[in-house]
Amino acid sequence: MSVTPSVPQAELTEAELKQAAQLEYIWQEPKGFIGWFKAVHHTTIGIRYVVTAFCFFLVAGLLAGAMRIQLAFPESHFLSADKYNQFFTMHGSTMMFLFAVPMMFEALSVYLVPLMVGTRNIAFPRLNAYSYYLYLFGGIMFYVAFLSNTGADNGWFSYVPLAGPDYAPGKRADFWAQLITFTEVSGLAVAVEILVTVFKLRAPGMSLNRIPLFVWGQTIVAFMVIFSLPAIMLSSTMLLLDRTGGTQFFNPAVGGDVLLYQHLFWWFGHPEVYLIFLPGTAVVSTIVTTFSRRHVFGYLVLVLSLVSTGFLAFGLWVHHMFATGIPQIAESYFTAASMMIAIPSGAQIFCWIATMATGKVVLKTPMWWVLGFFFVFIMGGMTGIFVASVPVDLQVHDTYFVVAHFHYVLIGGAVFPLFGALAYWFPKVTGRMLSEKLGQVSFWLFFVGFNVTFFPMHLVGIRGMPRRVYTYPANMGWTLLNQIESIGYIFIFLSVLIFMWNVFRSLRRGALAGPNPWMAGTLEWATTSPPPKYNFLHLPTVNGREALWDAAPNQPIVTGLDEDARSVLTTRTLDAEPEGKDEFPGPTIWPFLAAVATTAAFVASVFTPWGITLGAIPIAITMIGWFWPEKQPAARRREREIWPSE
Amino acid sequence: MSLLASVPGFSSNQTALNPAGPAAVHIEHTFALIFWVTASVYVLTVATLVYFVWRRRHTFDTIPEPAPTSTESDRFATRAVTIAMAVTVILLFIMLISSFITSHRLGKMNAEQALTINVYGHQWWWEVEYPNQAEPYRMVTTANEIHVPVGTAIRIHGTSRDVIHSFWAPNIQGKRDLLPGYTTDILMQVDKPGRWRGQCAEYCGLQHAHMSFFMIGESQKDFDNWMTAQAQSSAQPATPQTKHGQQVFLTHSCVLCHTIRGTSAGSRVGPDLTHLASRSTIAAGMLPNTVGNLGGWILNPQALKPGSRMPPNQISGQDLQDLLAYLETLR
Amino acid sequence: MAERIEPAVLDVSKLPTVMFGTKSMTWCGIIGMMAIEGMVFVLAIASYFYLHSRSVEWPPHENPPALFWGTLNLAVFLLSIFPNEWYRRRARKGDKRAVQIGLVTLSLFGIANVIIRYFELRHLNCDWSLDAYGSAVWLLMGLHVTHLLTDLVDTIVLTVLFFTPLVEGKRYMDASENADYWYFVVLSWIPIYLVIYWAPRWLHA
Repeated sequence: MSVTPSVPQAELTEAELKQAAQLEYIWQEPKGFIGWFKAVHHTTIGIRYVVTAFCFFLVAGLLAGAMRIQLAFPESHFLSADKYNQFFTMHGSTMMFLFAVPMMFEALSVYLVPLMVGTRNIAFPRLNAYSYYLYLFGGIMFYVAFLSNTGADNGWFSYVPLAGPDYAPGKRADFWAQLITFTEVSGLAVAVEILVTVFKLRAPGMSLNRIPLFVWGQTIVAFMVIFSLPAIMLSSTMLLLDRTGGTQFFNPAVGGDVLLYQHLFWWFGHPEVYLIFLPGTAVVSTIVTTFSRRHVFGYLVLVLSLVSTGFLAFGLWVHHMFATGIPQIAESYFTAASMMIAIPSGAQIFCWIATMATGKVVLKTPMWWVLGFFFVFIMGGMTGIFVASVPVDLQVHDTYFVVAHFHYVLIGGAVFPLFGALAYWFPKVTGRMLSEKLGQVSFWLFFVGFNVTFFPMHLVGIRGMPRRVYTYPANMGWTLLNQIESIGYIFIFLSVLIFMWNVFRSLRRGALAGPNPWMAGTLEWATTSPPPKYNFLHLPTVNGREALWDAAPNQPIVTGLDEDARSVLTTRTLDAEPEGKDEFPGPTIWPFLAAVATTAAFVASVFTPWGITLGAIPIAITMIGWFWPEKQPAARRREREIWPSE
Repeated sequence: MSLLASVPGFSSNQTALNPAGPAAVHIEHTFALIFWVTASVYVLTVATLVYFVWRRRHTFDTIPEPAPTSTESDRFATRAVTIAMAVTVILLFIMLISSFITSHRLGKMNAEQALTINVYGHQWWWEVEYPNQAEPYRMVTTANEIHVPVGTAIRIHGTSRDVIHSFWAPNIQGKRDLLPGYTTDILMQVDKPGRWRGQCAEYCGLQHAHMSFFMIGESQKDFDNWMTAQAQSSAQPATPQTKHGQQVFLTHSCVLCHTIRGTSAGSRVGPDLTHLASRSTIAAGMLPNTVGNLGGWILNPQALKPGSRMPPNQISGQDLQDLLAYLETLR
Repeated sequence: MAERIEPAVLDVSKLPTVMFGTKSMTWCGIIGMMAIEGMVFVLAIASYFYLHSRSVEWPPHENPPALFWGTLNLAVFLLSIFPNEWYRRRARKGDKRAVQIGLVTLSLFGIANVIIRYFELRHLNCDWSLDAYGSAVWLLMGLHVTHLLTDLVDTIVLTVLFFTPLVEGKRYMDASENADYWYFVVLSWIPIYLVIYWAPRWLHA
């Protein structure tokens, strides 16, 4: 077995250089200001997703800082009750809807999945661009509203009737509901793209049992997105209709029901947690494999764990509603199901430890973040047992214990792997290495700061501090713990600053990375860093789970695709045998225009239900423009088309 | 074993780990069991991780070739992972069963003999009623303070008058949401006398932070005395000052929202003030019930508890003095 | 790296470019969309029954909706399946004439469905703003109307396309997939029809 890096540029033959130039010409993104809005390549859009989501992470982090200042002193007046309630709602909603899912699922998978399965672009690239703009515009709308003192203030789950027409005057809750529409449409679109990319566009030879674990993770997430996000779209639409259209879904006086909202919300909300940390575990599998220098131990167990987590996630929604007083039989079922989810999570952790225990552990920055993940995430899993047990949950639910729990799960399960992923793939995306020293400094600051901030929250929660209080009396015994938490925030703040400095510095002066600096095994490392817009000069084929480690000496490459068009090879879902040739659509302004039209309709519907009805007309026009075929490509395709022989 | 039934270090009057009643005791047992199990598992897992990373770390500054996996080490790993999984499942079952037993015990508390107390959540205070089936006119209504006799089962019969609130006095019992359109019954019992603090645990808007109450456990005798006193109509003003104070109350906007039994004030929007002076706090546990606080509160509640449903009041200095003097007689 | 090893070659030049069903990327994408929309329908229907479980009377203070227009629409939907299936099959053979006829027919069917739907909504037994029952019924109706209109616009655009010189293999794929999507519109109407028109009758009895 030997590492087979991609063919370095210097060794390209004359014919290959010509081919590269041709591909470069066909796949180039349009230039100039207008060109920026026409781009459709998954690496371009993927980077935009990463940068945008990271900006929202920073903003939501700053909001958290303001909250920590407020809570450092009892009965403090740094933030008014009204401001604080907006701040924590904006913090939660931003972290969940504008950072965590867009970053962990959309950003990472849009950039990496097509590279990892060995194809030239994501399926439905124009939809991909459209979904990015919707996400961006949704976030901008949400923050424009916030800066106009119309920030959402009902918590990230906006329970009715508090967020309903009777108790939430103004437009705050409406903007929140529309933010949901924006981000969920965007998430759903990416889910479809990822599923089709994984099921139709894998490199020949990458049968189901050879799909990299990262891709498996994102595939399961995409399935979960499809079955969970519709629930919150429905509940937030009902909320908006109750508020602006006069419907009565949640009004108990005329047959409506406040728990209907909670059922719908948590049908989405519980899987949401897994949407956020399954990509994290997918990253962990990848980094553990590369830095343990061996194939992952228990590949099948890991895949089955992902799948069973995906299924179980839909059986847990009521465990967020134990305090509403549900029948005991249902209570028992949901307690059992909630505890059972520890089994697949445990299996994954044991497999990773086994991989490290039987490999050679290389301690570079990405691996440090993964080790941090273990410390933090396992703690979050342990406190998860407390909230799964109904009687104990009735004591810790809606207290700072739960705040600590879900920050351990979400920061542990997503942010630690995310920083690991950024350190790991930064050389691939930019062609330069991050500084190892700065990387480890920011890791240790974050690790220490995180625990100083969030561990005391367990204690203050058990001492009776409810979540979402803008202040507290001085005599409760909560002050000191809150002050420690606030000090921890400073460490996290510094860590993120150093990380950004590291990125900024390395973009200019980082060591050149070469195609495969970590000598990793998956296909994204088979091309240059950064990858060209056609991803691979030769479409690769695959001979094992770690395509590069397992490649045969004369591993075949794919030929026979048209080079004067954005051709793509489609393969069979199960065994990835070549099946047909298709063509990716090229750059165009239409998805951007469609996103603008959609945004106009969504924002208008905050104010009047006519927004969506009349707004549908420009959306339809832009969509028709988007799908209307062009003359020359149509003629070219007609000339060469091959119908299936039956 | 008894050591394992608790988690040391918590003694306040708003914590689940300093139980003052059987429900909280049962929950604390399960809490403690889960705590000791998960803490041990955590330490073991992390120690294993650190041990192996330390032992298998690669010390050169290069990245070694990927190693072929040896079947022997993998066989060992398979065995280790299998055992770890089996232990995990067994421990989960132990915790699950403990949790079921506790749920069962909580459901089995003495429901027939229980004293029923109605609790209504409001933005942002608690209305408390002691219904009296035999003599409905002797029903006791108060706010933010729930007096209970120790050692007697209590049924909190709750609902909300506006948005969702959650009734939670952690030393006594776990929390229960009060939902508009639903009523709910929570059984509990206070065994230790004392003032046990509770607080709304479901975010309910602007002043969610200032929505607390006290459960006051007292002897049956003290409780009976309290009930007798609370069932009385308000004290009639005896001095010219308090008489004038009552007139101030009845001629200002106070009367639009509050009840003082024995006067013409009978609105149910705000807390019942018939025995206001017998309560130790105002504004849902936010401020001690002193003349100064009460005066400040009446003049401008918005300064103390922004968003509170009580509007500021324009009352002249002398009127306010008399009003406060009258309110102080409402024992 | 001492010597360059010439990699072997996997030649895919003879593979088809026009593909239907599971082989087509867009078909897979549309299945994904149907899964999403199907999930919305399922949750909306579940909400309807949840609200029913919280009510004493269903429908409250109203009679169940009159059957005529809804049933008529169901009949028209079911009738449309025949031309739909016919042109779907012809599209897979690249029969331009048949696809043109089929698309025109289906556009007319869609327009008929929309007109009937208008009368259906006019004759519903409830208002969305009076009670939760009305809200739930109108939500289901609204969802289905959205799908009906979307597919109708899609069909009309495709019909126009098929009378331009832009027709090629991909457009036959579109036509076949458009027919598949129409099935989704028709089939989703069946449970929604049963819920709106028959559930109140059965739940009452």
